[in-house]
Amino acid sequence: MPLTIASAESAHQDERDYLWTLNFGPQHPATHTTLRLVLKLDGERVVDAVPDIGYLHSGFEKIGEHLDYNQYVTVTDRMNYISPMANNVAWHGAVEQLMGIELTRRCQYIRVIISELARISDHLLCVGAMGLDTGAFTFFLYGFYQRERIYDIFESLCGARFTNSYTRVGGVMHDMTPLTIQKIRDFLHDFPKTLDDMERLLNRNRIFVDRTKDVGVLTRDEAIQRCTSGPIARASGVTRDLRKDEPYLAYADFDFRVCCAQAGDCFARYYVRMAEMHESLKILQQAIENLPAGPVNVGIDERAHLPDKSQVYQTIEGTITHFEMVMNNRGIKVPSDEAYGAVEAPNGELGFYVVGDGSDVAYRARCRPPSFIHFATFPHLIRGHTLSDVVAVLGSLNIIAAELDR
Amino acid sequence: MAIELPDNVMVSKLDQLASWCRKNSLWPMPFATACCGIELMATGASRHDLARFGAEVFRFSPRQCDLMIVAGRVVMKMLPVLQRIWQQMHEPKWCISMGACASTGGVFDTYAVVQGIDRFIPVDMYVPGCPPRPEQLIQAIIDLQDKIQNEGTILGQEFDMASRQQPKRALVELPVLGQSPTFVRPPLEVRR
Amino acid sequence: MITGRAVDALTARFPGVQSDEFRGQARVVVHPDSLHDVLAFLRDEHQFQLLIDITCVDYLHYRDATDRYGLVYLLATLEQGARVTVRTWLNDPDPVIATVTDLWSGADWLEREVWDMFGIVFVGHPDLRRILLPDQFTSHPLRKDYPLQGRGERHNFTAIRRGEA
Repeated sequence: MPLTIASAESAHQDERDYLWTLNFGPQHPATHTTLRLVLKLDGERVVDAVPDIGYLHSGFEKIGEHLDYNQYVTVTDRMNYISPMANNVAWHGAVEQLMGIELTRRCQYIRVIISELARISDHLLCVGAMGLDTGAFTFFLYGFYQRERIYDIFESLCGARFTNSYTRVGGVMHDMTPLTIQKIRDFLHDFPKTLDDMERLLNRNRIFVDRTKDVGVLTRDEAIQRCTSGPIARASGVTRDLRKDEPYLAYADFDFRVCCAQAGDCFARYYVRMAEMHESLKILQQAIENLPAGPVNVGIDERAHLPDKSQVYQTIEGTITHFEMVMNNRGIKVPSDEAYGAVEAPNGELGFYVVGDGSDVAYRARCRPPSFIHFATFPHLIRGHTLSDVVAVLGSLNIIAAELDR
Repeated sequence: MAIELPDNVMVSKLDQLASWCRKNSLWPMPFATACCGIELMATGASRHDLARFGAEVFRFSPRQCDLMIVAGRVVMKMLPVLQRIWQQMHEPKWCISMGACASTGGVFDTYAVVQGIDRFIPVDMYVPGCPPRPEQLIQAIIDLQDKIQNEGTILGQEFDMASRQQPKRALVELPVLGQSPTFVRPPLEVRR
Repeated sequence: MITGRAVDALTARFPGVQSDEFRGQARVVVHPDSLHDVLAFLRDEHQFQLLIDITCVDYLHYRDATDRYGLVYLLATLEQGARVTVRTWLNDPDPVIATVTDLWSGADWLEREVWDMFGIVFVGHPDLRRILLPDQFTSHPLRKDYPLQGRGERHNFTAIRRGEA
């Protein structure tokens, strides 16, 4: 199969002889995963960039039409694999929106906790990899060590390091144990120190600041025009944050700030992410201290979640519900309608447009992937900058290929 | 009568000496496409520290590497790239297929995902798991080192074995896209 | 509140617009010809400045469905957290709709993806070609008549053996 882009040549008529073309990716360490850019260079200056994606397109949305609402959560894990918990919460949030289920308070808090842990681990990898690409290896190792701590928490929570599949329709896989809570407390105790260290390493580092300030500027109007969301939009002065604007789960209970910047350059995006980690810590602190008691899953009359084992063994309703839930032609009852549910994932607004057809398999499971929309801004951001800025801009956008291509 | 040798001289076979050198200087080429790539990074990062096992020199240029670690699913748009990178590596070279997706397609039995890279390139070691833990990858590298030590010859004759030559499973699916079938294998030629 | 006002203004301005609400989400169904005007109206006069997503649903096997493709546009406001879903129906011989890349440049890739996956043609799109699948691909895989495992495209390659370099 030839490695060419159909209209890369014809799209730019003003091509002059001294411009030359550089192929970047799809296998390149700074692309993090698999994406390809065809760059037009004038010396070291990038005249134009044509992204070519799809090198990891695996048919996530097609497979969503063949797996039931609980099975599909395993596939969402592999979507943005550096913060899978956020994807789990987004998927089941959308399904519960479609079914009209109200979660228990404890479940809402647990989902907030895992979302914020996922946000920290996502931002750590993003800023770490951005540091790595601009030459700060220590920074990356500091970040990765803390990610291992978060993996440990998830492992004690559900047994897997990062493909967790922890949520279920109407609840979670099982309740949070005291051991996990203790691990989160330890993490909350230790992490601020590392975060301060990391900030001291890069925030005023001359090399890093020179390589990221005024590089890849996205103005506020452009950010709106190009449909961006999350930290990318907030670094450009858009104050939209779903946790504040349309508080889902239990976010209305917590005291936190929405972190924004005005500049819209790579450094602003880095800085917003670092600031968001502090806010996530605040939310985690409040959520752990105020974790409500009570049941974690919805009751048996919702017919959404497998009932508790004690109910299955001791009550007739529990037994019947359990059997109906696992029977092939019964299962979860989802209305024949469509709904959109979104959460503020670490990367931006992650939403699912779910079409139900009455069965326990989605008729259509559309994912609104933030990486896809953010990567579309890339040619605009890089135009006029130098070749070495490509990695800085890519790192600041935090493109995850599995979410980009699905 | 035995020959008197000084203490600092050992006798070995040339094959074994070459294998011993090769196995302890594996330079991996991380072909990381998806989630397994994060575990590959974790394997190289602080806690698990692949350097303890003599395979930490990750090089992103295929010309410098002799061990390709395919981490993550390979889809049909990516497969020509994978094949080209494999061909760019110099012999002797080995391939680890890391994770369920690279080995079998895993959960992604869809129109775009190649159901196991061993249909299209030779694979020496499979690592199960979705994704495998770093310990599993380290174990795979240790096992591969054993394999290189035990089977390796300086001329690479072990690669001529029939089982290493052929893709491991039946190619059942028919090609489309208006082309003639491309699964016709070229006749086996005898090397050397 | 913003959504309610916008939907009322929309039904007054464009005849034939149907609106309903499901789980607190306002939805309108418009005629494909007036889609561009409706979106421009919502954006310029009712603060729905943000295009969240463009997607499509193939209703081929859906019970009681009368039209084949449902195109979905999700809009949101910047601050108050209001949302509206705009839908329109298209049918098979020529599923064609006007592009909205002139309103939002971010719609570029979203429309390319819908073309790639469903074969909906966006008239006026500056660069409508496949985005996720290879250029040689001939089908639109998210249509319901395309099988999950594909038609063999994924294994249409030559195997490489040892010693071929």
